[in-house]
Amino acid sequence: METDLNSQDRKDLDKFIKFFALKTVQVIVQARLGEKICTRSSSSPTGSDWFNLAIKDIPEVTHEAKKALAGQLPAVGRSMCVEISLKTSEGDSMELEIWCLEMNEKCDKEIKVSYTVYNRLSLLLKSLLAITRVTPAYRLSRKQGHEFVILYRIYFGEVQLNGLGEGFQTVRVGTVGTPVGTITLSCAYRINLAFMSTRQFERTPPIMGIIIDHFVDRPYPSSSPMHPCNYRTAGEDTGVTYPSVEDSQEVCTTSFSTSPPSQPAALGVGSADLAYPVVFAAGLNATHPHQLMVPGKEGGIALAPNQPTHGAQADQERLALYTPSDGAHCMATPSSSEDTETVSNSSEGRASPHDVLETIFVRKVGAFVNKPINQVTLTSLDIPFAMFAPKNLELEDADPMVNPPESPETESPLQGSLHSDGSSGGSNSNAHDDFVMIDFKPAFSKDDILPMDLGTFYREFQNPPQLSSLSIDIGAQSMAEDLDSLQEKLAVHEKNVREFDAFVETLQ
Amino acid sequence: MNCRSEVLEVSVEGRQVEEAMLAVLHTVLLHRSTGKFHYKKEGTYSIGTVGTQDVDCDFIDFTYVRVSSDELDRALRKVVGEFKDALRNSGGDGLGQMSLEFYQKKKSRWPFSDECIPWEVWTVKVHVVALATEQERQICREKVGEKLCEKIINIVEVMNRHEYLPKMPTQSEVDNVFDTGLRDVQPYLYKISFQITDALGTSVTTTMRRLIKDTLAL
Repeated sequence: METDLNSQDRKDLDKFIKFFALKTVQVIVQARLGEKICTRSSSSPTGSDWFNLAIKDIPEVTHEAKKALAGQLPAVGRSMCVEISLKTSEGDSMELEIWCLEMNEKCDKEIKVSYTVYNRLSLLLKSLLAITRVTPAYRLSRKQGHEFVILYRIYFGEVQLNGLGEGFQTVRVGTVGTPVGTITLSCAYRINLAFMSTRQFERTPPIMGIIIDHFVDRPYPSSSPMHPCNYRTAGEDTGVTYPSVEDSQEVCTTSFSTSPPSQPAALGVGSADLAYPVVFAAGLNATHPHQLMVPGKEGGIALAPNQPTHGAQADQERLALYTPSDGAHCMATPSSSEDTETVSNSSEGRASPHDVLETIFVRKVGAFVNKPINQVTLTSLDIPFAMFAPKNLELEDADPMVNPPESPETESPLQGSLHSDGSSGGSNSNAHDDFVMIDFKPAFSKDDILPMDLGTFYREFQNPPQLSSLSIDIGAQSMAEDLDSLQEKLAVHEKNVREFDAFVETLQ
Repeated sequence: MNCRSEVLEVSVEGRQVEEAMLAVLHTVLLHRSTGKFHYKKEGTYSIGTVGTQDVDCDFIDFTYVRVSSDELDRALRKVVGEFKDALRNSGGDGLGQMSLEFYQKKKSRWPFSDECIPWEVWTVKVHVVALATEQERQICREKVGEKLCEKIINIVEVMNRHEYLPKMPTQSEVDNVFDTGLRDVQPYLYKISFQITDALGTSVTTTMRRLIKDTLAL
């Protein structure tokens, strides 16, 4: 593709393409940092703002881009690609987008390099700024944090679209004709995010931080490392000192936190799995062994099976004699895992006899849920709180939150508190005095700072006052009565329809 | 020369009108603004730097990029606010449109006044829908966000066709091509007008023509 370019124009064109490639990478990566970008206009030209656009240069990104280019320029068959992918805290990763800067053979010999090509490249960068906010990955990247992070990878060579899944879509950002070929900038993006939807918002422990030397194995020959879309100060990660850009901080504020969040709160968080605190706590939170023994201490109904067949139950039996030193045991249960589902599976494998003890299997409900709590009485003896047993004692097998109890479970202390009105006297005075109540000593807590120590706080937290909506009257009311009163309520509302309409009008 | 005309249509809820219009207008103006020109001797000039910033919408799941110029943003917000009020007060079906017109001034000899020759017109037709439930509103937030994404892609596609643009002017002609009144950026000369239409698409008695700048002192 011979051109009539003079040498100056050729040099200029090569420079324009090189810096255009570098600026393209900056725009793409900065758009996936998860923060809003803001740069200032300047009426006086500084001479260092390529294409008359204020695009900051993150030194690390420039370094990676230059490394990928290795002194070459995009040409026919040699494209510069920026791959944006997502990595969850569990280690799953998925490619989201591939941005391609390509060159084809179609030349525009008449075009003026120093003026028209330059201005058109500037326009193309503006289009890139707009388009990077419009693809689905943008909204994902704005939400990155503990559950997932966005990574980028720059490579040079053939475009590889295999990782985008089926049915990916392409958007063309724009083209600029030059005397040596036509530059095309486009983006192929995944639309099938199905893998994300099931896992995205699960409560998972946070990633411990993506540091720059955690390479992801790539199946491709050009295995350049993945990098987080996260600006760090120069020299922090790899020890390489990049030429500093003093005003980078202004734009690329640190994006997501890599430190673990506070541990999940104790019982009552709302997870239905907490209905089996003894079983699950062993795996739930290895650093909070006190969660394991709470049900044995509060509510008064905690009972231990006589024949534990599970490591967790073995510990449960020792609850009565819990001391902080037992914390180590709690953590070392075979089912120890922070995935509650895993733990729930392990509990189903237990086969403890349930005919010996009077225990109540309780399905914990979330706060403010007005639902009768299903109770399964496993013996014919008097059951505490029998008066609150609903009329039907069926298990909801289809309910994933409820596991058919093959073995006795201890009662959630929250259960005790929900019915504390009628049972406050009974909770501590039941006939099953197999346990010795000792002081609750949570591990790693000091009690010399606050007037109330952690243990006291925890106990008080376990017995909140009963919600009025969960009172017996409402619980005992049948569905039919509800339906009856519904008619009256509807009639009243219909009478007041005008007021409601007027109110809605004021809102608009 | 023929004037290039592009039409975009959006259906939004009442409270989304402003943000949707601003997103479209700012995206167009981002592509149609340069840095300030500084003319030097010998007919050469240098160009200032255009900054950009992301704007999150409050009522739409959408973020757009605009030029970092508060003056320009204020001017657009003013006219979009007037459009929104006119739509609300019209009491009709909630149909209206805004037009962003780029033009060149052509000096005429006395006693004739300067001509304004449009070279690109962007028309955004708006249909305001009323939603009853919060769930519908939530769905609308997402849907309108997706629609705006499509509009941005449409705008970018038109921009990158590299069709007619006015020639870069000499120093004496710069005010015939660019709006040099802003401090930090220099958009092409433009004017924005809007109309409230009834269902038949004809303008009704509340047709208004408002201009942002005093460039039309004709």
